[in-house]
Amino acid sequence: MLPTPSLRDALYGFGICIAALLVAAIFFWLLADLAWQGVGRLDWTFLTTPPRNAGRDGGLAPILVSTSLIILVAMSVAAPLGVATAIFLSEFTPAGGRLARWMSLSLDVLAGTPSIVFGLFGGAFFCVFLGLGFSILSGGLTLACMALPILIRTVESGLRSSPIEWRLGAAALDLSRATLLWHVLLPAAAPSLAAGLSLGIGRAVAETAALIFTSGYVDRMPSSLFDSGRALSVHIYDLTMNVSGGDANAYASALVLIAFLIAANSLAFWFSNRIFGRRMARA
Amino acid sequence: MTLSNRSSSSRSRRDTRLVAAVATAALGSSAIFVLIVGFLLKESWPALSTIGPARFLFDPAWRPTEGLFGLAPMLSASLAASVGAVILATPLGVASAIFCRHYAPPPIGWIHRWSMALLSGVPSVVIGLWGLTAIVPLIGRFEPPGASLLAGILILTVMITPTIALMSGAALDSLPDAYGRGAVALGLSREATLAHVLLPAARGGVAAGILLAAARALGETMAIVMVSGNVVQAPLSLFDPVRMLTANIALEMAYATGSHRASLFVSGLMLTALVIALAAAAWRLSGDHCHG
Repeated sequence: MLPTPSLRDALYGFGICIAALLVAAIFFWLLADLAWQGVGRLDWTFLTTPPRNAGRDGGLAPILVSTSLIILVAMSVAAPLGVATAIFLSEFTPAGGRLARWMSLSLDVLAGTPSIVFGLFGGAFFCVFLGLGFSILSGGLTLACMALPILIRTVESGLRSSPIEWRLGAAALDLSRATLLWHVLLPAAAPSLAAGLSLGIGRAVAETAALIFTSGYVDRMPSSLFDSGRALSVHIYDLTMNVSGGDANAYASALVLIAFLIAANSLAFWFSNRIFGRRMARA
Repeated sequence: MTLSNRSSSSRSRRDTRLVAAVATAALGSSAIFVLIVGFLLKESWPALSTIGPARFLFDPAWRPTEGLFGLAPMLSASLAASVGAVILATPLGVASAIFCRHYAPPPIGWIHRWSMALLSGVPSVVIGLWGLTAIVPLIGRFEPPGASLLAGILILTVMITPTIALMSGAALDSLPDAYGRGAVALGLSREATLAHVLLPAARGGVAAGILLAAARALGETMAIVMVSGNVVQAPLSLFDPVRMLTANIALEMAYATGSHRASLFVSGLMLTALVIALAAAAWRLSGDHCHG
């Protein structure tokens, strides 16, 4: 006999709550483990001294520098390219046109490509074909390719969301497309650019597989963009897999990585809100 | 105003230059994927032409230095781990999405949603580190050595549950309010409303989320390298150490040369094709792939 509706209702709710509780429990287990095992090593010296003894002791200084340089290279290539592409897709292609459709499809497919494939490509193209070798530049350019789709999508949706009245008003004032973009649409889309950048940085900081074969393993302080530099995520991987007794520092580095991710996200969103708020107040 | 002083011919020239610049940039960014596939093909061509595609599937083993290029054990390990993770993550993710919207009091639902978003952003190398130090020893206590297909499945589950939860949640949110209200007006219970009205209506979005999660699981590399043991063999039991297709690339690329290196590019090509087929199916299901 089937259970009565009210019993079924209760069982269903019970199942849902148990499943959700399980997911939350796993999340807090992960978080607590990270905090518990990482926080002991974490202090100012850890952030400012170079690693010693293959990373078992010492800190992260050159690794933080390399990571920041890789991100900087990635974003300074991806941001202009991404904004220009977003402008083209939202302003200069007829809606639903064939060109726009093919471009969007190519970007969506790029967004879904696995990171190890980016690693293979970056190693073959930037390191060997362009002759950049294992360098911060190769790593940054590979990450720029990875972060581009999400950046474009976010800026594009920001541009598309500006009200049609602004375009009509600009047309009535006989403004050029360039003026309309520069003085009206782009400032209005600034929050979406900040959000896109923060998402792109998040994707880039979290990346490991694409960096192993492009920016390399060397944990010395980089002296130029053509030096190999070890990113934070690669450092965690190396400490866990190749260095016995490196777990404590790996956990501390993981905590730094997570803190960096959360900080990048909150900063970008705070920033974008501020711009947005000021614009709205002025309007 | 300075703007009105400019002659209209210089203005239209400026517009032309702007269009040319952004069009070039757009062509450049859309060409990246073509470039990637082109380079994968170029680098894998020596293997595809001399070894032939069939041997990658039917060779009995993976010993590239001895001329055996069978990717089947790694392909089956990848598929087994992804399917296993999807089977575990689907109920957890969908239940989480329902919990946030229909069962939890608002603050708890909000916290749960927030932690899903955070969990989906945790880098794979961090999840791998945690898997290696928390999950693997736990499995090893019952069935040594611990680094196994099961560890891979569990770690992938942790990684893709948020994807399914967030996508199903978005699909539930996009349903018209009238569905829920209509069900209440008909006197349906909460279970009946969810199971027979809301979930069927949102099934396109939920299925798309599951497919995208599967694509993410197949493409995942670092966490899998760290927990699944990396022995090349077909997965016969949950406790066997296995090596996935992605892990194989990450582990051998550093020293591979010649046809060994080319065959790693072949596996990269195979992986890209699989992941994109899944993503394409997801777009078709969710029906929101009509940009422009």
